[in-house]
Amino acid sequence: MSDTTDTPPKTTVSVQINGHAIEAQPGELVIEAAERAGVHIPRFCYHPRMRPVGMCRMCLVDIDAGGRGAMLQPSCMVPVSEGMVVDTESERTRKAQDGVLEFLLINHPLDCPVCDKGGECPLQDNTIAFGPGESRFVEEKRHYEKPIPISDLVFLDRERCILCDRCTRFAKEVAGDPLIHFQGRGARTEVNTFPDEPFSSYFSGNTVQICPVGALTSSSYRFKARPWDLTEVESTCTGCSVGCSVTLQSSRNRLLRSMGVDNDAVNWGWLCDRGRFGVEAVNSEARLSEPSVGGRPARWADALRKAAELIADAVRASGPIGVGVIGGARLTNESAYAWAKLAKSVIGTDNVDAQLGDGLPAQFVLGLPRATIAEACAPKGTIVLLGTDPKETLGVLFLRLRHAVVESGATLVEVGHGAGGMSKLAKHRFWSSPGGSLVDAARQALAVLPAGQPVTVVLGRSSVTEDPAVLAEAAMVFAEAGARFLPALSRGNVMGALDMGLAPGLLPGRVELEAGRSFFTSAWGSVPSGPGVDTAAMLQAAADGKLAVLVLLGANPLDDFPDRALVQRAFDRAAVIAVDTFANPSVATATVVLPAAAHGEVDGTTTNIEGRILPLHQGVTPPGTARPDWIIATELATRLGADLGFESAAQIWDEIEAVASSHAGLDRAVLDATRDGTIAAGLGGGARPAVVGMPTASPASQVPLDEASLRLVVRRKMYDGATGTANSTSLAGLPGDNDVRLHPLDFQGLSIQEGDLVTVVSDWGSISLPAFADPGVVRGTVTVLANVRGATVNHLLSSSNPVTDVRLEVSR
Amino acid sequence: MTAPIVQLVSSRFQYPDSFTLARSEATGGYQGLRKALTMTPTAVHDEVKAATLLGRGGAGFPAGVKWGFTPPGVWPRYLVVNGDESEPGTYKDRLLMERDPHQLIEGCLIACYAAGLSQCFLYIRGEMALAQTRVAVALNDAYAAGYVGRNVLGSNFSVDIVLHWGAGAYIVGEETALIESLEGNRGMPRLKPPFFPAAIGLYGKPTIVNNVETLSNLGGIIVRGSEEYKQYGSETSPGTRMFAVSGHVRRPGVYEVQHGVTTFRELLYDDQFCGGIRDGNQLKAFIPGGGSSPWFFEEQLDLPLEARPVGGAGSMLGSGAIVVMDDTTDAVKACLRVVRFYARESCGKCTPCREGTSWLETILQRIFDGHGRPSDIDMLLDVGDNISPGPYPAASWEAEGLAAVPFPPKQTTICPLGPSAVAPVVSAIRRFRPEFEAKIRRRAIGIPVRVEESTHV
Amino acid sequence: MSRLTPQNEAIALEIISRYPRKKSALIPLLHLAQEQDGYVSDDAMRHLAELVEVTPAEVIGTCSFYEMFKREPVGTYLVNICTNIACQLLGAEELLHHAEHALGIKAGNTTSDGLFTIEDVECIAACTEAPCLTVNYRYFYKVDGGDFDAIVEDLRSGRQPTRKAAETGPDGHIPPHGTLALQRQHIPADRVAGNADPDSAPAPAWLEQP
Ligand SMILES: Cc1cc2nc3c(=O)[nH]c(=O)nc-3n(C[C@H](O)[C@H](O)[C@H](O)COP(=O)(O)O)c2cc1C
Ligand code: SF4
Ligand code: FES
Repeated sequence: MSDTTDTPPKTTVSVQINGHAIEAQPGELVIEAAERAGVHIPRFCYHPRMRPVGMCRMCLVDIDAGGRGAMLQPSCMVPVSEGMVVDTESERTRKAQDGVLEFLLINHPLDCPVCDKGGECPLQDNTIAFGPGESRFVEEKRHYEKPIPISDLVFLDRERCILCDRCTRFAKEVAGDPLIHFQGRGARTEVNTFPDEPFSSYFSGNTVQICPVGALTSSSYRFKARPWDLTEVESTCTGCSVGCSVTLQSSRNRLLRSMGVDNDAVNWGWLCDRGRFGVEAVNSEARLSEPSVGGRPARWADALRKAAELIADAVRASGPIGVGVIGGARLTNESAYAWAKLAKSVIGTDNVDAQLGDGLPAQFVLGLPRATIAEACAPKGTIVLLGTDPKETLGVLFLRLRHAVVESGATLVEVGHGAGGMSKLAKHRFWSSPGGSLVDAARQALAVLPAGQPVTVVLGRSSVTEDPAVLAEAAMVFAEAGARFLPALSRGNVMGALDMGLAPGLLPGRVELEAGRSFFTSAWGSVPSGPGVDTAAMLQAAADGKLAVLVLLGANPLDDFPDRALVQRAFDRAAVIAVDTFANPSVATATVVLPAAAHGEVDGTTTNIEGRILPLHQGVTPPGTARPDWIIATELATRLGADLGFESAAQIWDEIEAVASSHAGLDRAVLDATRDGTIAAGLGGGARPAVVGMPTASPASQVPLDEASLRLVVRRKMYDGATGTANSTSLAGLPGDNDVRLHPLDFQGLSIQEGDLVTVVSDWGSISLPAFADPGVVRGTVTVLANVRGATVNHLLSSSNPVTDVRLEVSR
Repeated sequence: MTAPIVQLVSSRFQYPDSFTLARSEATGGYQGLRKALTMTPTAVHDEVKAATLLGRGGAGFPAGVKWGFTPPGVWPRYLVVNGDESEPGTYKDRLLMERDPHQLIEGCLIACYAAGLSQCFLYIRGEMALAQTRVAVALNDAYAAGYVGRNVLGSNFSVDIVLHWGAGAYIVGEETALIESLEGNRGMPRLKPPFFPAAIGLYGKPTIVNNVETLSNLGGIIVRGSEEYKQYGSETSPGTRMFAVSGHVRRPGVYEVQHGVTTFRELLYDDQFCGGIRDGNQLKAFIPGGGSSPWFFEEQLDLPLEARPVGGAGSMLGSGAIVVMDDTTDAVKACLRVVRFYARESCGKCTPCREGTSWLETILQRIFDGHGRPSDIDMLLDVGDNISPGPYPAASWEAEGLAAVPFPPKQTTICPLGPSAVAPVVSAIRRFRPEFEAKIRRRAIGIPVRVEESTHV
Repeated sequence: MSRLTPQNEAIALEIISRYPRKKSALIPLLHLAQEQDGYVSDDAMRHLAELVEVTPAEVIGTCSFYEMFKREPVGTYLVNICTNIACQLLGAEELLHHAEHALGIKAGNTTSDGLFTIEDVECIAACTEAPCLTVNYRYFYKVDGGDFDAIVEDLRSGRQPTRKAAETGPDGHIPPHGTLALQRQHIPADRVAGNADPDSAPAPAWLEQP
């Protein structure tokens, strides 16, 4: 025999499924291989994103792996092997499936007509497809108290539960919040919480989605609709910048649900509750639906004319730099581009900033080498959290990173200002107080990183009281060692806004103003004559009377900017034009308010932290006369005597593709062809200007702490005063109260009880909050929460100071 | 001729202070350990392999072979001692722990030495307070005397034996559930294959699970050597086994008999053992290997007490638990009681076991209560078939032309608990169907009434 | 009721120290809580959750799986009557009915004076001594109605019941419900070999040839 042909070694496994030969991947489970071959094996407990438990026994099929002959085996537990023969239609398989369904229905109430899951219920579907057709069980079924709330968001009906372990596995394995658990044994097993300890997980809504029966329902959707009444569009969640794939489901022009879609590159089907239930805000009564001028309702024509007048007057008075545009992270890429073009070409100002003084310099972020989430989560890789707490700000990124650490052997290293949601998972923790020592912490961290493994740094700005220059310097420690970055700037489409040029000194396509000057001058007609300033400097200029008009693009600086007094002074002097979906304290000060269409009401694209372009689709129409931001931009341009040159979001995309260096080649056909979204990493080419390069950072100043003071750290929580949270019925009640946390040793020094009120006094203001000891706080610092309504810490801050030192006063 | 009685593991039971270190040492205790320490671990392991020490926990797998299944080079490896004895009818491990804890400790040490096991967890059933006390005291004494812990008897062999105790759950006797329980979890079995505990066990590391009686044999095997050990019992099943014989025999008791040589008939009828059925009644049926085993009858009495022939005849030797039913026994009632046990003890993981066992109980209860329907008997069999598909193991019944269905049963479940509930159902219906029918038709049937012994006098 | 007392917490810490993973100590610690209070209270479970670093839901998940843990107070004496097959064949059900009549309660309940709880339990591994029962897990063999009455009478009047008490026990006396072993394991510091860390344990020293 001769075997001389040069066949490469076989990398697949040959199996036979129902008589058809297929090639499966090594290690693939039979249930997965069959699915890819078009053979659906019924299942309840198996979920592709969780460890199989093989307990419902619905997926038993005849498997002959050689040796012991064909046997009924759970296809969700058995990996394929060479020469395996699978029969999913054998008599024995049929009987087993019948049997399991009959067993499951013994104690299932069959209240399908009043069950939310009716019509989309795997138990119902499997029963129709594989079931015995009748029940021989004549006795009384198991009874439990009817649906019990297990959290603010989720109800549990234990009678409907088939004990598949999906929700409980999700809670423990995926979310790391084992707050629901099997209790009891045998036929009396139930899922429940510990008495008085609700299932308060940021990810609880996923359990509702993966429950294969109607045992878990969300308080918001209960009894709202039947699946056959729903229309749905595929879209992307813009609750934060992770960019989770969703379907938006609506009924009679009301957005009812957002359901996670399994995007292999991004969210694996999961959503955080803020994103899932935040869509309810779209339906809120508080939505802006009509324009107003001077606080009175106005027609669009009048409002636009007034806005154009304000802008034109400002330009006339002090040139284009008399106008500033703040915000834009709420916008689609197309709208962001339209606004960038309006500001930078039509008005001619470079005073444009999508960030509100709580982010990082745009050039710096865009210049760092970027990683994808998958690269960050690579098995056995190294993840550095630098100044960020993904659990509180980028929920599903947290799930992915957690999975990498817990299931894939990644090493987590934390560099920051105290404990966060991932500290317990970190192999090394380097905590420091704001004021420069973070750079030393970064150097120490670098020294312990496992050698030879790829390093991804998740870079954020968890505390607005740390100088961005310090974070930049710390980031460079890793950048120079070859690390790649995931920027943890958290607002919805902040990365898209920066890509589109909504930042001072930048033009669309991650191009610096000077580098792009000639290209964009010919593309747009004109570009700003010189670099503009960021939000802090714009506010300062406005307060100083040098900037007459502030356009707020979905921005609420009064709550979000880390210096409330400065915002107040700016608003006192400059005229405000607000383009927004909701009235908020900043919008309330506006001379002109232009109501915008929200997420779910517009088509377009959004860009996530990876630079991945993901689709947005319209599911419902905006309220009243609210319209997409890009239309507002084109209309305003018209009033200013210019034509932006597009009439649809799709046309805008075509222009983006044509001019943006980073987006070259990503035409609509390319976007449509990729289900997981497309990374914008194009490096221009041809005549296009170069994208920003690897940044450099200069040493940040060290600010020593004097003995008498404590240094303030401001942290973010998942639920805060954000618009989407405050206006979602489900979420509005979830933000907690603010408090002051100190290291236990610092707390002892105060000689007070936990929970006693203290007053935090800075040079700029004071607030009174209950105080608690917390070992997760760095000694010499105090931690408070950002943007909690009623206890707004930006009273304490001044944007002119790199750090904030405070005293605590105990009222006795 | 009945094989002569030899006491290999119960030899100290005769002493009132059998559980003390002093008595143990005075009667050869820890000599096996001392001898093992003079041998290489491999030599000890080989000796155990040569002795063909079959597991006494139920499955009857050779201990020496099992120790060899740990993947090479993966550390640590653990020993978990299965002292959860809960199978209906089983009563031997409790005796071995209460009366001769040092013999068990010595066995644990030898196993750890031979198989390179770095820590030992001795899991005692929760309800066995006295066994827990005796083993705790024995461990404390053995530590103090240098037999356990760091540098055993001055050697470089160091191992801790940690006393652990359960809290009432039969399923925890199943080895993977035992490991879950030892990790502080609900005792729900893990799916195996692909991974057996010897490869992936406690904390995901290679783990040997052995039964108390299995380990209690090790000291004697090392002292005597495998050659001498194999003089007892049969060639394929050397040594002795402890059998608890309960129910309707004249002298119920725990008997140590030669493995594979003694027959059921000898054990049940010989005067040196159980002395026959009580009151001169007739044998109706007997459970040969614990509640999970299909029933045997008169026809199977001459089988030797050995796993293979018993398996071929349609049942199992299991955990050495023989429950004898005389002709006064109500087959439906007995069947219901055994089924109820499995329904109560199902861990709840697999749908067929969780729902099926309690459904079986429900149907049997209504038959027993006189509310049965004619279709119920076939329904029992069909529900059973959905838990354990295919012909279920059963004894032959030549008079009716029924051949034996050999052990083990097939299963739609993860572990054999669910299928165990089918054993009494199939056994009882196959042999005593008229009793079920009579209950359903609410007719009396001729089951002899028990005659109180005192009335004879 | 309550968290573990400081003394019991010290015992708990010693028990935890014997396992490579803290959660492994959970069942012994639940017993300790039950020994302290006669049952396992919610507060005790919260305390154990802290000690072994899991959530209270995980503690109750484990606790509720096992028959022996009572989440409500039971009688001082928990009388477990085995009715499984071997005992049933020799009159266990009659014994159970006798007990129910004698104490005036159904199985699963507690007498109004809080002294006795009866349970109808599965095989307790004394099959050859059927019918049998345990009182707080101390064995009594071949018990008939008269024996049962005598046991109850003794316990009521504060005597240690000896009639039909198993020959190997009870050792000393019958402690109130919750106490199992009367002696605890204690590994002296100079004898401890140490836990085998599942994440990094070397090959056993004795396997290397001397
Ligand atoms: C449902 C079930 C219950 C079991 N209960 C016990 C038991 O109580 N004691 C025991 O030693 N083995 C029991 N086993 C067998 C164990 O899984 C395991 O085979 C045994 O402990 C191995 O020890 P050995 O090889 O020394 O026999 C049980 C098995 C099953 C399936
Ligand atoms: S067969 Fe029964 S006891 Fe065994 S794992 Fe399944 S449910 Fe649990
Ligand atoms: S899907 Fe395989 S056992 Fe549930």
